[in-house]
Amino acid sequence: MKKINRRSFLKGGVAGTAAVATTGLSSKASAAGDFGGYPDSMGVLVDLTKCVGCRTCEAACNKEQGLPAPDLPFDDFSVFDMKGHGGQKRRTSEKEYTLVNRYDIPGRDKPIFRKFQCNHCQEPACLTSCFVNAYTKTKEGAVIYDESVCVGCRTCMVACPFYVPTYTYSSAINPVVKKCIMCYDTRLKFGRPPACVEACPQEVMTFGKRKDLINLGREKIKRNPGKYIDHIYGEKEVGGTSWMYMSDVSFDQVGFDTHLGNQPIISYVKDFLAMVPMVLTIWPALFTGFHLLSNRKKANEEKENSKS
Amino acid sequence: MIRKKKKILGMAVVMSLATSFPLFAQMSAEDAPETIEIGSIAEMYEPVVFDHAAHVLMVESCSFCHHHTTGTAPEKENCAKCHQEGDEASSVACVDCHEVKPFSSANLKAKGSDPLLYHVGRPGLKGAYHQNCIGCHEQVGAPTGCQDCHARNDKGDQLFHSGKYAPEPGKTGGHH
Ligand code: SF4
Ligand code: SF4
Ligand code: SF4
Repeated sequence: MKKINRRSFLKGGVAGTAAVATTGLSSKASAAGDFGGYPDSMGVLVDLTKCVGCRTCEAACNKEQGLPAPDLPFDDFSVFDMKGHGGQKRRTSEKEYTLVNRYDIPGRDKPIFRKFQCNHCQEPACLTSCFVNAYTKTKEGAVIYDESVCVGCRTCMVACPFYVPTYTYSSAINPVVKKCIMCYDTRLKFGRPPACVEACPQEVMTFGKRKDLINLGREKIKRNPGKYIDHIYGEKEVGGTSWMYMSDVSFDQVGFDTHLGNQPIISYVKDFLAMVPMVLTIWPALFTGFHLLSNRKKANEEKENSKS
Repeated sequence: MIRKKKKILGMAVVMSLATSFPLFAQMSAEDAPETIEIGSIAEMYEPVVFDHAAHVLMVESCSFCHHHTTGTAPEKENCAKCHQEGDEASSVACVDCHEVKPFSSANLKAKGSDPLLYHVGRPGLKGAYHQNCIGCHEQVGAPTGCQDCHARNDKGDQLFHSGKYAPEPGKTGGHH
């Protein structure tokens, strides 16, 4: 279901883009693939082994971001058994920029929980794929967006390797992108940790300079032999992400895509992105690029699905 | 039955009284108050009235929760490398090591500028409490629900959209 949806969105997205491109909006300024992230940017290291699935982080995000009231109270744990289309776990939506899913792992004495939100990539595919430059990667590490610029084309939704951006489906006339902004406006830019991070009773999430967090993660792995999988997810994946994860079960068992590779997603699309201003004349290339991208994601998904 | 627990990092107990404790060669549990109200960081919940005396009976030594700070030898091998005999600290108050705001700019700066810092992953106060209490409670089958230890207050109900702030029933929308 979802795959078809995404691809049909894409068609709409590209059509929408044509209109924008003809108005001559500025092209991408950044040289795709050469960036590597701001040196002193902040990040969050998520230790999945500590999460107890209390959903306080979800509640805190709801409040901080002024999101609409949830369908169910945040202390209702039946959400962990909810299934979306095709039996997949809960996904972020315009009403929830973050959520926690439960995974029952055979042989593990208790379930493991995984918090999900934008990973704030070092080289964000959402940013690079956006034809109207709605996205910004701030020096603090957050990937934010300007709603007033967003045309709702959903290209970023297709480009994001983690399926993060969602849309205001409730607004039929002017749907815009909605996602976690690492609490940039209210906290991060003032040097304060995100609301979800601060609210968590278990201190599942550690906030700090991204480079310090990588060291911390490595230390933790070293000092607790056998406790953690020897990998920090997000240190290298898709060129690195500001939010990174540690786990005691393999990452593919907790819903992480372990086939994304370490190349930024933009490396796959930059060839045609460089030609954005000429978007109308390079129509076929554009289609090819997105086709490749969505096929690649599809292939990964299938790999994933066939395993579970 | 007193069950033995395998793994303990340190029960973080805010003892506001702790600083007024006399320094004995080695502290003993009798010096501690019977109950301790843990409420310095309570915001969405009522303070916890922690039955210290009852918990003392369940553990073999103070270091089970207090690491080395009460003067008993630490249980974890790794801690013992430096604090072999249990280097008694001038305070056993959790808050003296576990910061209330672990991620404040000042704190991050202090940590980041100390290349010799060993306790890099030391949790903040709230994390220390919950990781320790829940960690042990999980192992011994003691209650682990949020409100098993502290009742949520009105502010908490509001945050969780629960109690009198619960969404109208039957209004559950689908997920995208
Ligand atoms: S996770 Fe997706 S939405 Fe977030 S920064 Fe990366 S590409 Fe963009
Ligand atoms: S960082 Fe902020 S916006 Fe993102 S999930 Fe956490 S609370 Fe929500
Ligand atoms: S608040 Fe912390 S412990 Fe609770 S669900 Fe979120 S990440 Fe897990």
